[in-house]
Amino acid sequence: MIKTPLHRRTAAPLAAAVALGLGLSACSASNEESSGGSSESGSSSSSELSGTLSGAGSSAQEAAMAGWRKGFQEMHPDVTVNYDPVGSGGGREQFIAGESLGFAGSDAFLEGDELKKAQKRCGGDVVEIPAYVSPIAVIFNLPDVSELNLKPETIAGIFAGEITNWNDEAIAADNPDADLPDLDINPVHRSDESGTTDNFTSYLDATAPDIWTVGNIEVWPGKLGGEGADGTSGVVQSVQSGEGSIGYADASQAGDLGTASVGVGEEFVSYTPEAAAKVLEASSQTEGRGETDLAYDLARDTTESGVYPIVLVSYQIACPEYSDPKQAELTKAFLEFAISKEGQAASADSAGSAPIPSSVAEKAQTALDAIKTS
Amino acid sequence: MADSSNELTRPVKRLGDRIFSGTALGAGVLILVTLAGVGLFLTIEGLPGFTADSSATQPADNFVGLAGPLVFGTVLSATLALMLAVPLAVGVALFISHYAPRRLSQGLGYLVDLLAAVPSVVYGLWGIIFLAPKLVPIYRWLENNVGWIPFFSGPTLASGRNMATVAVVLAVMILPIITAICREIFLQTPTLHEEAALALGATRWEMIRMAVFPYGRSGIVSAAMLGLGRALGETLAVTLVLSPAILYSFNFIGAQNPSTIASNIALQFPEASGLEVSVLIATGLVLFLITFVVNFAARAVVNRRSEFSGAN
Repeated sequence: MIKTPLHRRTAAPLAAAVALGLGLSACSASNEESSGGSSESGSSSSSELSGTLSGAGSSAQEAAMAGWRKGFQEMHPDVTVNYDPVGSGGGREQFIAGESLGFAGSDAFLEGDELKKAQKRCGGDVVEIPAYVSPIAVIFNLPDVSELNLKPETIAGIFAGEITNWNDEAIAADNPDADLPDLDINPVHRSDESGTTDNFTSYLDATAPDIWTVGNIEVWPGKLGGEGADGTSGVVQSVQSGEGSIGYADASQAGDLGTASVGVGEEFVSYTPEAAAKVLEASSQTEGRGETDLAYDLARDTTESGVYPIVLVSYQIACPEYSDPKQAELTKAFLEFAISKEGQAASADSAGSAPIPSSVAEKAQTALDAIKTS
Repeated sequence: MADSSNELTRPVKRLGDRIFSGTALGAGVLILVTLAGVGLFLTIEGLPGFTADSSATQPADNFVGLAGPLVFGTVLSATLALMLAVPLAVGVALFISHYAPRRLSQGLGYLVDLLAAVPSVVYGLWGIIFLAPKLVPIYRWLENNVGWIPFFSGPTLASGRNMATVAVVLAVMILPIITAICREIFLQTPTLHEEAALALGATRWEMIRMAVFPYGRSGIVSAAMLGLGRALGETLAVTLVLSPAILYSFNFIGAQNPSTIASNIALQFPEASGLEVSVLIATGLVLFLITFVVNFAARAVVNRRSEFSGAN
């Protein structure tokens, strides 16, 4: 009777699982789709660029990429720039796999096996430039406290779950004038795998290894406790909604929330784009790399005055040679724009990033000069 | 299916019959092929994930360490949601089918059906922005007064993003589907059964207990399983509402809650590459299998009970 159709309806959960599976396959398919090459006949006069340039990688760069793309396409209306924010790992993978990508965006520079493979793909040294510096702010929600000074050890203690109350002596010692409440601290972290977590924990690992014992991680381990939230917006939302919360997020998204000044040497540095960009100047280049390979060992533990050390530095990875001269030309022109003053202003505008220092921009320009366009 | 007609009478078969039976067969086969295709995809793509080392199964040490808590969280959240939703849904369905005046019941029926059409992201946003902060005082009270029960040991997050909130949001999401089916079942109760019960002197509640429930029992189970299926696979609402971690915990109002498989995939997939993707797909395969098991179990329950349902 009535029951038969009902039983059939129990197939719906299966259908849900099917849909989930299909969704997944669709996602992975779209990862592979971002080909493009640069196949446009057009006028071959070298002054006017045309064609399609494809890049993929870091999702942190997505907003900056939007600014660069807009500015670049205004200068060269016949060029289309595609950027697929598949994630840094995915971008590097696709870049190594073949010529479909002109460049990859990555929150970490190439290392070990990947570096060798990339060198093989490029037929020589890779071109790697830091084009995107994004300050990570330590945001907090304390209505009666507008300024907060935190030493790295204190930040590590808070996020490791060892400092649990706002009136803790460690916090009070650095904030003699603040009216710290007797309130539980609620540390908020990213629940998704993220470059922000990677850079934040890299900072804690470098500056307070005794307290921060889990090292440099991309996924938050459950044993540390705290609230997990999805994405930058999720963290900001959680901190906003809970008094006594503290979190870390892209500085451009901090909004009205208080941002802590972090201890560097003997002083406390509040976040500004300039202070964040200074990290690159204070850092040394990773040794044993080609001239065009500008990988930086970030000096997280710097004691230099006026440097804000919690930053995310994201790289553009390209080759010095491409089999398709057009792709070489487009890649070079686009990356040159990205590190130019206008380009950095565009990304600061669209993503709130910190403009790279001119000394670094000069080095990057030299590296880009190595890309052969004919 | 196509030749279920009686061989003895040899009925006439027209072209329309052939075409229809062909398309029906095709549709049936297509479902199986799709299902097999998905299963195959999950198995092939996910196989390397089962043996992945700790570099791909962050923050756990190996696949079991990652998938175990996820399975736990998935089943726990869905079960809690079901415990909240089923009694409520049965009540709503009974009201619509047996208590409400006809005109009201029709309107209510439409409303419940409408609830089912709300996208899960809307439920998720509602859960995180509206519901969760409203529930915080209740959680605080539970934490302070009955905190000795492990379920409510807290500490409660100021944002209220915990397992209990997820359970409520999921319950609201699966409520309409369960209600709609239960309502249809209850309406199908043979009037003779109901009148017989009333004639024996039963009150309306006793009539429902004696006639409506036994008749509809297998239907209620089916409805619950449908809801469970949706709760198990729900992704976005859980992702938004839950403050997740990879651990086992029966603390429903704490800061650290066991994540669910679907939500974990949604969280980690955008930045995953290589073996990490395989690990995530492997957890997807596990979810696929769980839904299978749940459905087989439900079917077994329904079949066992069908003989006593009073429907025959």
